[in-house]
Order: sequence, then structure tokens, then C-alpha cells
Amino acid sequence: MNWVDWVILVVRVAVVFFGLLIAVMLYIWMERKVIADMQTRAGPMRAGPRGILITLADGIKLFFKEGITPTNADRVVYEIAPILAMFPAFLAFAVIPFGTHVTLFGRVIQFQLADLNIGLLWILAMTSVGVYGIVLAGWSSGSNYPLLGSIRSTAQMISYEVAMGLALVAVLMYTGTLSMSGIVAYQATHVWNIVPQFPAFVVFMICALAEVNRPPFDLAEAESELVAGFHTEYSGIKFAMFYLGEYVNTVTVSSIAVTVFLGGWRGPHPGWALWLWPLLWFLFKLTMVMYVFMLVRGTLPRMRYDRLMNFGWKVLIPFGLFWVLATGAIIVFPDRYGRMRGTFIAASAILGVGLIGSLIVPLLQKPTQEVPS
Amino acid sequence: MSEQPRESEPREPEPLRAPEPSPVGRPPEPQGLGASAWAMAKGMATVFKQTFRRDNTEHYPNVIVPVPERSHIGRHLLNRHENGLEKCIGCELCAFACPADAIWVEGADNDPENPVSPGERYAKDYQVNYLRCIMCGLCVEACPTRALTLTSYYEMAFTSREDAIWTKERLLEPPPPLGTDPVDREG
Repeated sequence: MNWVDWVILVVRVAVVFFGLLIAVMLYIWMERKVIADMQTRAGPMRAGPRGILITLADGIKLFFKEGITPTNADRVVYEIAPILAMFPAFLAFAVIPFGTHVTLFGRVIQFQLADLNIGLLWILAMTSVGVYGIVLAGWSSGSNYPLLGSIRSTAQMISYEVAMGLALVAVLMYTGTLSMSGIVAYQATHVWNIVPQFPAFVVFMICALAEVNRPPFDLAEAESELVAGFHTEYSGIKFAMFYLGEYVNTVTVSSIAVTVFLGGWRGPHPGWALWLWPLLWFLFKLTMVMYVFMLVRGTLPRMRYDRLMNFGWKVLIPFGLFWVLATGAIIVFPDRYGRMRGTFIAASAILGVGLIGSLIVPLLQKPTQEVPS
Repeated sequence: MSEQPRESEPREPEPLRAPEPSPVGRPPEPQGLGASAWAMAKGMATVFKQTFRRDNTEHYPNVIVPVPERSHIGRHLLNRHENGLEKCIGCELCAFACPADAIWVEGADNDPENPVSPGERYAKDYQVNYLRCIMCGLCVEACPTRALTLTSYYEMAFTSREDAIWTKERLLEPPPPLGTDPVDREG
């Protein structure tokens, strides 16, 4: 590598970083507008045309606000927690391919920061590290409600990470690669993963909502129960970092959904400006997924904590395990018994297991009775 | 159940059971994942439909929706008789009626040569503190001469505690049209 490569690397990192910041800024504005529309309100209107600069104004305000550290806080951890919550979100985005490539200065520049061969693993690892930010924030605040929030988020994240991992394992088995660009390339020659892996897609979307602490799974910051949850004691720039990290996480998780299930940046293009259309396709799909998240937020109330855990452990994880097995059957049987017969066997096996399971599972459950105390 | 249990005897606690579904009203909601998913989908469709409804928001400083013509929701006004004399006689009944202690009146004897109000007494000073006033209108009810009324003018933003206290001179002036207060406009 000579100096040109280094400059290109730095510029790529900077472009992705600031691009992500601007995207997050716009998505926060979009979310506020969309939710407002659903509630027949107008939403932000004052800062910039139709309030598009509201996030910038909010950011500037938070930046200049006083940061208060509680007396009981564990100072070092208290300072580190928001950083831990924000940076893994950015790091996870590094492996997302958001376009093809351009040729500049005789070099091919990929629209992906790092094409790791363990891309999916990297994403799972980074989302897990991000949980530490929330947990440590609640723990180090030296205050009760943040502690409750962080305990909740610990349990929630661990439970839903398992199911999310299972959903991604099914896709990884199906496509046969952990690399994000490999998954996109696989979907270019086959149908999008959302069709053959639809159950995994549903599990992934539910777990993604829980992973990034969005409603209806925002128990860690349930404002009607825990003041503001884990970030109750944070103010100023540190609170801004939590806020930013949460939305960067949302964008990252949505782009994982786009890349893994919805064909990534691929889409029809008119044949000119070949580098531009993939970018636009990626943004379009990302916006669609974000809109679904916003619609869910506008519709569903927050889940009760025990129901959240029940749903995670008793529904999502068993179903994820079942679907991993089913995916295995789908992959193995056609190879072994020939294409037609194998597909038939796999389909009937899955159907049979599903039917028997749906008969057995209700028998195992005791009828729940809500007894007034 | 022919005999009543006596109070001294501990009664057998009734076995706890789920409340019976009430016979009237809708049938019980179907349970299960499929039913929940369907309910959620229906809910999301409802919320999505709301997107296309018109906003209820009043874009206040840009578009000022007029209040009903005879509404009395805003600041006070001290009225005058047609000959220019003040109606207020300095009786302080409004100040006594005020539950928030927002009104302060200082009465004085009229100069017979040059009267301010038609009777013996007039209000030498009259102040309303809009940090305290709750716009309940009890002062208007208490006023024996209809000297004090409420208007429909509500743009009373102020930037200091002193500005919140309106003196007699300001209260005597009829309110300007809405949207003309320089303090209320964004700078």
C-alpha cells in the first residue's frame, strides 16, 4: 500500500461515518414525521423546511447542555458507557455492502468498508458489545431506575440475541457463506432470501426490534415505568451519544435485514451510472424496512416483561431451532434423493413436524388462568 | 345453601378461578399466535390508514385560527363609559374574588373638578399579575359596574417577572389583533 491507498482508506471511513450520521439524522426526522402523521399531528415544522433540521437543532442543544454526573456514580464506567453504546453500532455497519464499486485513480473502490469473511459473526459480536453500554450505564449511574432498566435489558438482549443468532444461522446455512457480499451475490443468482427463508426473516425482524430497544420492546427505557430507564441520569452530550447509538443501531439492523434477506443493493437499473443505482436501491430498501419499524412503533404498546421473556424463550427460540433443522432438511434432502423427490421429502417432513408440533405444543401448555388476587 | 355461616366460624375460602366471561358484549377474543398476529396486522393497517387523514395541528404562529367571536378566554380589559370616564370605582371586589390573588387595586377619592370615574371613588392603580392569574373570570363576575371584562386576546408572552404584571394603563387599552405582539413573534 502506498500513500494513495491510505488516503482512500481514510476517506472511505470518513464518508461512511458521516454518511451514517447524516442518514441517522434524516431517519430520526422521518420517524418523527411518520409517527406524527399516524397520530394526525404535523410533527417538527420549525427547523428547516418541514423541520428537516430538527435533529441537528436537538444535537446542538444537547451538545451545549450541562453534563451532570450523579454523586453516587462510578465515574469511569459512567463516562465509558455511552461510548460503548455508540461505537459498536458504527463498527457493525463497516461490513454492510451498500453499493457496488467505483474505479478512481486506477483503483477499484468497494462500497463496503471491510468485506470480512466472517461478516455475520462480526455483526452479532458488535451488537452484543453494544449491550454492555446499556448495562454499564444503568449499573454505574448509582440510581435505582437505571439499574432496573439495565437488568431488564441484560435479560432481554441475551434472550433475543439467541433467537436472532438462530435466524441468521438458518440463512448462513442456506447461502453457505458468512460474508455479507457473498450473501448479496448468492441472492443475485437465486431468489431473495426472504422467500425461502421467510420464517427466519420474521424471527429476525422481531429480534431486531428487541435488540435495538425499539418499541414494543423498549423495556430498558420504559418511560412510564422507569422514568427513562438506563439513561435517566445522563444529560448533555452523553445522552446524545445514547440517542445516536440507538438510531445508528436501528439503521444497522435494518441494513442487515436488507442485505441478508432483501437482496442487498441489487435491483434493476437502466444501464448508465452503474455505481449510483445500487446505492439508491439500498437506500430505498433500507427506508422501507425503517418504515415497517416505525409502523410497529406507532401501533403496538410496550410488552409486559414476563410476556416478553415468555415470547422469547418459549416461542422464538424453539421456532428458531425448528427452522434451523428444517433448513438443514431443505439443503440436504434434494442432494441425497435427487431434486424432485428430495424437495418433496423435505417439504413433507417439515410439514409433518410442523403439524405434529402444532398439535402437541398446545397440549403441553397448561391453560393460563389470570387469577385476581 | 340453607344455613348462613356464622361470623365466628372461619369460612372455607372460595377456590380461585378465572372470572367467567361476561354473557353480554363481544365473544372472548380468540387466543394463540395466529390470532395475535392477525390482530397486530389489523392494528397496523388501521394505523397506516391514519397516515392519510388530515392533521389536526394548528400551525399557530404561521396560521392564526380565530377564536369564536364572543369568547372570553384571554386578558382583562378595563372598560370606559361612552363619555370617556372609567367604569372602575375602585371597590376591590375583583381582588377579593380572585382565588389566585392576582389582582391588586388601589382606590382613591375622585377629584370633583376632574373626575376619573363617575362615582366618589376611582382606581388609582390597578394591576393584574399574569404569573398568578388563572383566567377563571371570577373577577368579572364580581365586578358591580361591568368595568372589568375578559377579552379573547391570548398572546401575552413575557420575558421577565416585571413584564408579567400589567398596570392600569395597559389594561385600559383594547387588545390589538392577534399575531401582532412583537414579543410573540420569533425574532
